[in-house]
Parts: sequence; structure tokens; C-alpha cells
Amino acid sequence: MSEAANLFAQQESNRRRSTWLVIGFIVFFAWVGFGGDLAFGLLTADAPAGEYHHVVPFLGIFTTLVAGGICWYSWRFGPRQVLWATGAREVVEPATPEERQLVNVVEEMAIASGLPKPKVWIVPDDDPNAFATGHDAATASIAVTAGLLRTLSRDELQGVVAHEMAHVQNLDVRLMTLLAGMVGAIALMSDGMGRMLRGSRGVRMGGGGASRDRGKGGNPLAIVVLVLWLLTLLVAPIVSRILAMAVSRKREYLADATGAQFTRNPLALAAALEKLEAASAPTKAITRGAAHLCIVDPAPGLLSSREGFFADTLASHPPIRQRIARLQGMGYLGEVGGPTSSVIGPPTPPSPR
Amino acid sequence: MFAALLLLAIVALVVLWVIGAYNGLIGLKNKVANAWKQIDVQLKRRHDLIPNLVNTVKGAMDFERNTLEAVIAARNKAVNATGVAATARAEGELTQALGRLFALTEAYPDLKATGNVAQLQEELTSTENKIGFARQLYNDVATEYNTRQATFPTMLIAGVAKATPAELWQITDDTERAVPTVDLSTTKPAP
Repeated sequence: MSEAANLFAQQESNRRRSTWLVIGFIVFFAWVGFGGDLAFGLLTADAPAGEYHHVVPFLGIFTTLVAGGICWYSWRFGPRQVLWATGAREVVEPATPEERQLVNVVEEMAIASGLPKPKVWIVPDDDPNAFATGHDAATASIAVTAGLLRTLSRDELQGVVAHEMAHVQNLDVRLMTLLAGMVGAIALMSDGMGRMLRGSRGVRMGGGGASRDRGKGGNPLAIVVLVLWLLTLLVAPIVSRILAMAVSRKREYLADATGAQFTRNPLALAAALEKLEAASAPTKAITRGAAHLCIVDPAPGLLSSREGFFADTLASHPPIRQRIARLQGMGYLGEVGGPTSSVIGPPTPPSPR
Repeated sequence: MFAALLLLAIVALVVLWVIGAYNGLIGLKNKVANAWKQIDVQLKRRHDLIPNLVNTVKGAMDFERNTLEAVIAARNKAVNATGVAATARAEGELTQALGRLFALTEAYPDLKATGNVAQLQEELTSTENKIGFARQLYNDVATEYNTRQATFPTMLIAGVAKATPAELWQITDDTERAVPTVDLSTTKPAP
């Protein structure tokens, strides 16, 4: 019963986070727009009567509408967009034995979790990886790469699919897919604004020169607002990515644990993670914006094997060794007193970096 | 006046609680029934797959007539079983018989090479897994249901909701707990 309560708490927290994410996103865009309006309004307030006065905050109105549009779009088309971006194709009628096995394993995990069967997709990429997307259990999709099907045994594949089903059950997919859409939108907007500012700088400077601002050093409040506004634009892409990473890292341990609860075989997932870690090639089909959706970081750098402040802040996934160690801990815990526990011994602690 | 209001509030609370607890129990009861149906669907699928498998391997495994017959017999027994305990036992025996058959097919590389058998084996493995997971889900839900109706204070209205403990799917047989032993020494086909 505590498990059920825990599950509801998880789902509730993900619903709440999704809402806050949308609110935060719109507020951020509103600030970008209205902040800009404020800065320009203050800058042009002292301008002579004949010159342009920035009174109507149409920048703010525009960006807020855009933010609303992006949220709606991420919500409505986010899952489809993520799948489309990776070039995945849906498996409707399994053609090969491998596809048959994948569909079977997904059906098995749907039964184990008591959820409807999600759609099954295959990403044409040789690097083993997997992710899940969707709004809820009814609309969920699970995608694995072709490399994953080739590399993993049946039990290991089951472990990976169970991990993804756990994301579906916890409603992680909703939060993660929204995040993917927004991280992409913010990066795009920051780029575009940067370009626009660079392009318009000459014009504005010329206008400022013509007014009498130069002699007085300008309105200090306007400068402060302008600097703040520019700073926000600069750090937004980084902050949004850090946010995505931070949200996703916590979910991974939980999904590992819940997945193990579905299969009752944590060691299979541990073995799968070992293989995924060993495959060093980056998953090219999956871009940075969707990295936090995957079971392992699609572009592992030095960070994925480390712990510590920087790794913790910037990596989208906890260190794989740590995850494997935890899963192995679960595996042996289930066999205390059994014949294997004395042979294999306690799980090896993760090596300190 | 105040006492009357207090009494009214308490009565209202109790009524609300009874409604909530009653609905909770009924919801769980339906979940148990649904989980059982999930098992049933998979069992039926397994029963349907087995004749296919037996027909496919019959020609190549003429030696193994006993094993094949054991599978058929176990299947027919499982089809006719009713009730949780009896079904669990019959299905357990069928799993055993199938396990022996699969172990034997390992000795026939030709048989494994034909796609049909490999495919049937994958289907049966998956069905077997699905039965296992459906059983896991059923036992989890049934345990929750049983705990709810046996613990205070929900036990007070268990009778009203006509809640009776659901039977868990258990392994009752000692032979079933044991690891199946397969002796291949005498059944190897001549090279």
C-alpha cells in the first residue's frame, strides 16, 4: 500500500512540476518581452517629442503569446516531435524475430506494470539506447535503437523496457517531453534574439547619439534593466539545460528501482547498463535537446563517469557505475541466505573518482 | 445546540468514511478480478500455442514421444482446471513439461534452425513471462485487497462490501519448486 501511495505521490509531483514548468516558461518569456519593452521605454522616455517613444509593450505581448504557443505545441505535438527528430519508425507489424521479441517484451512489461501497452518504435541508430515519451500511460511511446536490439539479451532488453515503463508510470514522460520542447525553444529564441540585437545595435546607438542622452550618461535605471535583460538572454539556454538535467538525474534512480520491481530482476538491468556503458559511440540520432529522455546519456563525456559538483550539475544522468552498484545491491538483497550470496559476495562499491 | 452540531459533524464524517472505505474495497475487488482475467487471457494463449508447437516438432522428435505426450496431457489438464489453486497446480505442471521439451529441443540443432520452432519458442517464452507477470500483478493486488479487508478499521465494513479474501496464486507443489532435471544422456539422437 505504501508503494501505491508512493506512486501517487510521484505522479502528483510530476503533474505539479509540469504545471510549474509551463508557468515558469511563460513568465520567463514574458520577462524577455516586457523587460525589453521596459528598457526601451526608459531609454526613449527622454527622447524629444518628434522621436520614437516606446509606449506600447508589443514585444512583451508578442513573446508571451509565443511562449503560450510553444507550450501548447510542446504539449500537443511534443511526443511526436521527439520521435520525429530521432527518425524513429513505429513497429506495427513486427517483421523480424528481433522486432517480435521487442514487442513481446513490451507487452510483458505492460502486464507487469498493469498499464496499457505503449506504442513501440525503433530508432535506426547503431548505438544502444532507449527512451520513452508521451503525456500519460495511454499515449505513451517507447523507442529503442536498432543497436540496442542487437546488443542486449532478452532479459537485459526486458530490464531496459521496464525502466522505460517506470518512466511512463511515474508520469516522468510528461515532464521530460515538455522540457525537451522548451529547452529547444529557449535555445532557438536566445540565438535569434542575440542575432537581432547584434543586427540592430548600430541603429540604436545612432539614435542614442542623436538624442541628448549621451551627455547625461543615460537613465541609470534603464541601463540596469537593459543589463539584466541581456544577462537573462545569455544564461537562459544554460539554465534551462541545467534544469532539464537536474530534473532527469533524480528520475533515473527511481526508474531503475521501479523497473526492477516490475521484472524482479535488477541484475539484468545492471548487465544491460554495463553493456550500454561499454558502447562508447555516441547516439547520433538523438540530439542534445532530448538527451535527458534517454536511459543513458547519448553523448557520454567525462562527466558521465564522475560524481561531484560539476558532474552533478551538468550531466543529464547519474554516473552509470553508481546506478549499476545500486541495482546489484538490490539483486543481492533479494537473495540473502541464498546459495549465490556467499559465492558472489557483497556488491563492489563504486570506485571513487 | 453545540453538542448537536458536533454530533452531526461526527456522524457526517463517519458516513463519508464508510462510503470511501466501501468504494475502496469494491474498487480493489474489481482490480483483483481484472488481474485474474489478465492471467486467464495469457493462459488461453499458451494453451492455443502448444498444439502448434507439438505438431511442428513431432516429426523431428519421434524419440521423445513421452515428453510430447506429457506436454499434451499437462495442457489438457490445465485447460480443464478451475479455481485458483487447481489452475495454479495444473499450469505449474504444464510449465515443467514445456521446460523439459525446450531443453530437449536444444539437442536438435536442425529443429532450432528452422525459423518456425524458434518463433514458436519465442512466443511461448513470452507467454510464459506474461503469465508470470500477470500472476505477480494479481498477487500484489490480491494481497492489497486481503490486507485492506483484514485490517482495522476497514474490516468493520468488509462484510457490508461482501469482501472475502482472494486466493493467492501460490506454488503448492514441492516438485514444482525444484529445478527441472533433464537427462539428455540417453535421448541424444544418433549422429
